[in-house]
This record gives sequence, C-alpha cells and structure tokens, in this order.
Amino acid sequence: MRVGLMIPCYIDMFYPQVGKSTLGLLERLGVQVDYPFDQTCCGQPMANSGAHIEAKATEELFVRNFSGYDYIVAPSGSCVHHIRNKFTAADDTPERRHVSSHTWDLPEFLCDVLKVGEFPWARFPHEVVLHVSCSAIRGLGEQTMSERPHDPWFSKPRSLLEKVDGVTIADFDRPDECCGFGGTFSVTEEAVASAIGNDKLEHIGASGARYIVSPDMSCLMHLQGCAHRDRGDFHFLHLAEVLNGDAQ
Amino acid sequence: MSARDDILGAVRERGPATRELPRVPDFHSAPDDLVDLFTMALARLDGKVAQPGSDVQAWLATAFPDARQICSAVPEVSGNVDPAGFSDPATADIDVTVVRTPLGIAETGSILLTETELAVTTAAVLAQHLVVLLDPADIVENVHFAYRHPAFQQAAYAVLLSGPSGSADIGGVTVHPAQGVTTLTVVLLP
Amino acid sequence: MKAVDQARNALAFLEDEVHERAFDTLIWGLRVRRDAAAREVPEWEDLRTLASQIKEHTLANLAHYLEMFEASAMRNGATVHWARDAHEHNQIVDDILSSHGARHLVKSKSMLTEECELRPFLQRRGVQVTETDLGERIQQLDDQPPTHIVGPAFQKTTKDVADLFHRVYGSDPDRADPVYLAQVMRDHTRPLFLSADAGMTGANFAVAQTGAVVTVTNEGNADLSGNVPKLRICSVGIEKIIPGPEELAVFIRLLTRSATGERITQYTSHFAKPRAGGEMHIVLVDNGRSDRLADERFWGSLKCIRCGACMNTCPVYRRSGGLSYGATYMGPIGIIMMPATDIRRYRELPFASTINGSCSNVCPVHIDIHDQIYQWRGVMNDHGQFSTTKKAAMKVAGAVLSQPGAYRAAAESGVAALKVLPHFALYNRLNAWGRHRDVPEPPTETFHQWYARTRGRDGTGGTSL
Repeated sequence: MRVGLMIPCYIDMFYPQVGKSTLGLLERLGVQVDYPFDQTCCGQPMANSGAHIEAKATEELFVRNFSGYDYIVAPSGSCVHHIRNKFTAADDTPERRHVSSHTWDLPEFLCDVLKVGEFPWARFPHEVVLHVSCSAIRGLGEQTMSERPHDPWFSKPRSLLEKVDGVTIADFDRPDECCGFGGTFSVTEEAVASAIGNDKLEHIGASGARYIVSPDMSCLMHLQGCAHRDRGDFHFLHLAEVLNGDAQ
Repeated sequence: MSARDDILGAVRERGPATRELPRVPDFHSAPDDLVDLFTMALARLDGKVAQPGSDVQAWLATAFPDARQICSAVPEVSGNVDPAGFSDPATADIDVTVVRTPLGIAETGSILLTETELAVTTAAVLAQHLVVLLDPADIVENVHFAYRHPAFQQAAYAVLLSGPSGSADIGGVTVHPAQGVTTLTVVLLP
Repeated sequence: MKAVDQARNALAFLEDEVHERAFDTLIWGLRVRRDAAAREVPEWEDLRTLASQIKEHTLANLAHYLEMFEASAMRNGATVHWARDAHEHNQIVDDILSSHGARHLVKSKSMLTEECELRPFLQRRGVQVTETDLGERIQQLDDQPPTHIVGPAFQKTTKDVADLFHRVYGSDPDRADPVYLAQVMRDHTRPLFLSADAGMTGANFAVAQTGAVVTVTNEGNADLSGNVPKLRICSVGIEKIIPGPEELAVFIRLLTRSATGERITQYTSHFAKPRAGGEMHIVLVDNGRSDRLADERFWGSLKCIRCGACMNTCPVYRRSGGLSYGATYMGPIGIIMMPATDIRRYRELPFASTINGSCSNVCPVHIDIHDQIYQWRGVMNDHGQFSTTKKAAMKVAGAVLSQPGAYRAAAESGVAALKVLPHFALYNRLNAWGRHRDVPEPPTETFHQWYARTRGRDGTGGTSL
C-alpha cells in the first residue's frame, strides 16, 4: 500500500518530530510512504479567514501534489476536515474531488484502513488526558460528540491510545469543549482564545494528569502557548509520538 | 402597493424551493402509570398534587387556612367570590381560585385551562393560589396527544400551566413567585 | 456607523474576572441541563429533524401560510396589520395606542420589539412602556439591552440586581437574595399591570390553522400583559408561522429543553381571540426577513425558535458576554443574522468564532450555524470588509504558501517562518501571540529539511541519518 504523506505547514515548521513519528509509525505498519516534497499547506489559514481567492493557488498545489495517491494521510484533523469538507477555493475538477475523498486523518487511517490492533513497540506508563479537536469530532466524526447524547459512544483516537502499554487515560470536565485556537481567531481574539485555553488547562489540571495527548497539533500549540505563561508543568504530545513509541 | 402586498409578493417570489411537510408521529410509548409520571413532572416546577378524597371543601380549608377570598367554578367547592365577577382586574386579591381542567399531560406535568373553565384569562395569573381539579382519566401521555384537544382549535385563550409562576432571571436562580400564581395544586378527582 | 469591535468588547468583559467566571459557569450550566433533558427523550433527534423539516416547508410556502394565518386570525375577530420594516411596525403600534387613547403599555418579552427599538420610539411619543419580563425589566431599569436571548439579565449577579433595585426602588442593597428581589419586582409591577391601558406580547409561534399567537414564559407575564388590559397587541415576525397544533407540539417539546433543560415553561399560552369586550391586534413584521429568505446560503437562519442553546454552548459567547456583539441578537445566531442588517457595522462578527460546530449540533431546528458563520467570512471578503492589514496578511500568506520554493525558504529561516502563517502575519500589528501566550520556538530544522537530509528530496536516499 502506498500512501502520500501530508505534513501540515505548522508541523513542518514547529513540530517536525510529529512528522517523523507519523512517518515512522506508518512504515512500521508496513506502509510505503511517499512525501511529495513540493507540498506546503492545505490552504486552511486563508480559507478560514474568508480569503478564498488567496487560498485557491495553495489548494490547487495540494491537489497537484497528491492527486496520484489513493491514500493521503495527515496527522491533523483540522487540515483533513478542510481538505475533505471545505476544499472549495480550488477548481472543482475530478482531481480535486479525488483528493477530497481520499484523505484521512491519522486516527481514521489507523482504525478504518489499517485496522491496527496493537502497538507492541510503544510503552507510555503515565496518566494522560486525550484532547480531540473540534475538527476531528464534529468535522470528521472521529468521536461521539456530547451534543448528541443518543449516539452510541465511540472514539477512534481513544481506541488507539488505549492499546499503548502502560497508558491510563483520565477524564476531565467539558471534555469536548473547544480549546480556543480557531486559527487566526487565536490572534484576532487573543484574550478570548487564551481564556478558553486556560479554562481547558484548568479542567485538565483538575484531573491530575500532566500529559496532554492529541491527534491535532494545532490545539496543542495553542494550549502550550497558554500553559507557558500560567502553568509550566504540562507535557504536550501528538498521538503519533505516543503510538510510535517516541514518547517516554 | 400595500405593505401586505409587498411582503406576500417578496416571500412568494424569492423563497426556497418547496418541500413536503412531514407527518408528525405521536411518539406513543405506553408508559405504566400516567398519574405517577404526571405527579413527578409537576413537582419539577414546584407544582403539587393532592388526593384528598371526595371532600375537597374540607381539604381546602386545611390547605389554605388563611384564605379569605375564594373563587370557585366547580360544584365540589363553594366560595365567596362570584366567578363571573372576576373579569374586573380590580378584584385582584383573590386568595384561592378553584377550577377544573379537562386535560393533564404526564410528560410535562401540565394542565390545560381555557376561558371555558372560568373567566380564566385573568384567574390563571391574578389569584394567589390556584387549585385545579383533574380527573386522572383525563391525563394524556405526552404533548402530541395533548395538542389534539379541541381547545387548541377553538378556545379564545388556552394555557398549559405547568407550575406556579417563577423566574430564573436573577443570577440564574429559580424563584417563586414571579408575577403570576404563587402556588399551583392539582387535586386528582374524577 | 462604526464597526462593532467584538474583540475589544470581549477583552473588557474578560478583565472583570468575577463577572466573567460567574457568567461562564451559569451559561455552561444551561448547556449541561439541555444535554440531560435531551437524554431523557429517546426520540430527541427525530424531533430535531421534524422541527427542521416543518420550518423549511413553512418557509418555502410562507405566503400560503401567512394568508392562512391572517384569515384564521380575522375569523377569530383579531385585526391583522402588516409592517415592512421596524419603522412601520413602530408606527402601527403607536397608531393603535393613540387611537385608543392608551398612554401606558405593559409588554412581555419580544426580541422583535428590541430589534425594532419600539420602546424609545413610543417613549418619545409620550407612551409609558413597562417591561414585565423580570430580566427585561432589570435591563430596562439599567438602560441596557438584553445580554442573552432567554435571560436578558444573565450577565448581572444577584448583587448587581440588589444594587440596581436599591437605586431605583429603594430596596435593601444588602439583601442579595433572588426571592426577595423577585418580590420587590412583583410588588412594583403588579399595580402597573392592573392599571395599564394596553398590553403587548411577542410570539414564539403563530399558528396558521387557528390564528393563535403562542407565548412561552416562566412568569406568566405574557398572560398578564395579554389578558388584563382590554387592548392586546401582538408583534409577530413573519418567520414565526407554523402550520397547525400538531406541528406546534414538536416545537413545544424542543424549545424549553433546549433553552434551560426544563421540559416546558410554567405558562405555554395560546392567544387566539380578543378578550370579551376587547380588541386583539396582530402586527406581522418583515424587517429584512424576506430578504434573508431569498438568500440560499442564509435563509436557514429563519428557522430559529430563539431557544439560546447556541449561545449557551458557544465558548466565545460565554467569555465575551452578550453585549460584546453590539447587536439585538447575540452569540452564534446573532453572527449569522446581524450582518444582513448592516454589513459594515457587523463585519467583525463572523470572526468572533472558532467554527467549532457545537452550536449547529445543539440547535433544535438544525440550522447549520457554524457553516453559515464560515460563509459570512467569505461574504465579508467579497464585500471589501477586510482591514488593510488583514488583506495584506492574506495576500502574503497566499503567495508564499502556494510556491514550494518560497515557502521552504521562509520556513527554513526560523523567525521568518513566524511571518508566513496568517496567524503570525497578524502577530506584528497586535503583538497578540506574545501577550497572553508564548510563541512556539522554531526548531533547528524543518520536517522538509530533515526529510531531504535523511531520505533525499525524492525519498530514495539521504546524505545522512
């Protein structure tokens, strides 16, 4: 199986270790991984700001880089939600439709395509909390949302994390309330974004856990930024890092 | 062009494509004890249920010992205020009003009052204490069944009362009373 | 008119930690109670679907149902008036009052009358207007607009209300007790009900088959306003029409549960005919609704039944406060309704959101609120409502991110990487990221660089491991 690996721009620039873990994990699972070198970004930063004309060229570059793959995988719920559900700045070509319908967030790919049952190389004997992004929950349907109490409970990211030896997952209050990032929102409404993020850290802190794991690095980037100022004892890890045994 | 023509013209021409009206099911679930459900639901908003047996007059005297002005529209209780005289808001210091309701809803603990039961348009809000007689056989399961009652097609004014007047507008804390009745007691009596 | 700076208003709200904490806790509590109420109803999702379909059918056949409502209301002996906009509505109400010599009006809560700014209009013409909804009255006494669609005074603590009532009524400022304060209000307002010349209600729903106007209150104040005075006026937005009692049942089951988590309010009232010896006037109001109906992206917002569930769940609303939006309608529903009324004034509102999607999933009538918020952002751009800084940041980002070489060069030069992403491109002007959070530190090499070094650019072989 051949996969086109998409590494979001902010992971490329600030959290390359997440990219390495994702690549390493897929290869460990027997997947042949290509990294189209001319990739840049999914276009979300412009599109989410309403700047559709400015997003067009970036989205079309993505289509060109990835249209040859039947499986496109990214360690980012927010990017995948954009590609799958909001890729409207690019011209609506067969190639565009192909990439929109063939892009997976990492937890989806591991659960639904590879159907991974275990991660024997990984061990993480700590109490953690799992933060799943709004994009992953409400955009991609990776986890039951609290707004819909009659939906049967499931969580793709949690089902993966539970398989790692030694992990204890703690629960916290308001588990699927937004973290406050929201892209440019975190800059244009900086005070509100920080207030929301700090509240989440308070709820997480009350659980006793100090490791915050998420399949979305953008949320963690935001929470990490909030934490440095007010409370420095949290550790932030992408799910790929834990699953690949790169976290200690 | 009148405003009426303008508005109707605008919505006629520019609205979305038509689509079907769904049929609304009655969500019948055959619950066990409608009286029990009704009692619990009414209690949520601080309404009370009483089962005093046949002597409602005696029960009333013990339930509201300080009541001076009693307005009754039911044969089971005799009061000292004429219901017909109630339409004048100046007689707004009625202590207890007694009426009979034709309908109770188990789902919500609601009772129906219309102008048929009394000059109830004002009684439902101006009396301090409202006592409502309800035949348990007149309790329906849920709101869907309730809205089949002819009152909702014919009455000049119909109110589903589900508890004494309250408000949570101050700091989100629910208090009684607000503007309307201070207490609501449903007396189960065929 | 100047654009509402929601972000600055929110910052001011946040700086008052006591009020912000209390508000967030209170409003989130409503969300939690809503969840519990929904859980109790096995057919909850079916009800939401039905409600959405009923509203969509009605809106798609609105002329038919408006005419049906008018005919039913007239058969009942009510008089039906039509108002194209807020001014016409206010004028009609004033004409009805003055032709009856009415100088004192009591009214129950109506967001439509807030929208039309009815109270100042009437007061300028010498009509005394008394709000009877406790929360509205509190705001009226404090000369503030409502802060929440269901609880207008939710932003005030009990102590705030005690202080206000002390100023206005001379009550005890140290008795910050909601029971006492509600009694103070009751004592002062009851005489006003009894002496008013006219009463006005809004409408939660208007039933086409029966001509009934339906109000949903906890206090019974709509019943007092609607029934004590002989002259009754009902202001009804044209989108409030529903076909018949069978459909009404669906909304009655959804509304209060969505709003506060109770199954129903204390008073669910159906006003079909005038009081004996009285008059009932119904004013059907457009005020931009037919324009919205014509917009295929945003007409879904007309399904709104004013439950407030969207703002209860919105993390931004709870930390910004309802007044931060500078609009009649606030929170998520406000964001998708207000810009249509004044695109310049409300150009920032669509950006007061993280587009997290919670609102759309608590909405009892399936309005795709967060998708509409997203679409409004594009509209703002198309209508030239971006600031110069934002336009410039987007252009730079769009240019760099679409050119692999330019992107890699920027990404690899550490600090410059911070300027590539629009988040950070805006960083300089606001110095925002630094203020409450720390900037992430750029690592020594990007993923691109690591990959090229260890695998080669085409993945076939690197120069080092």
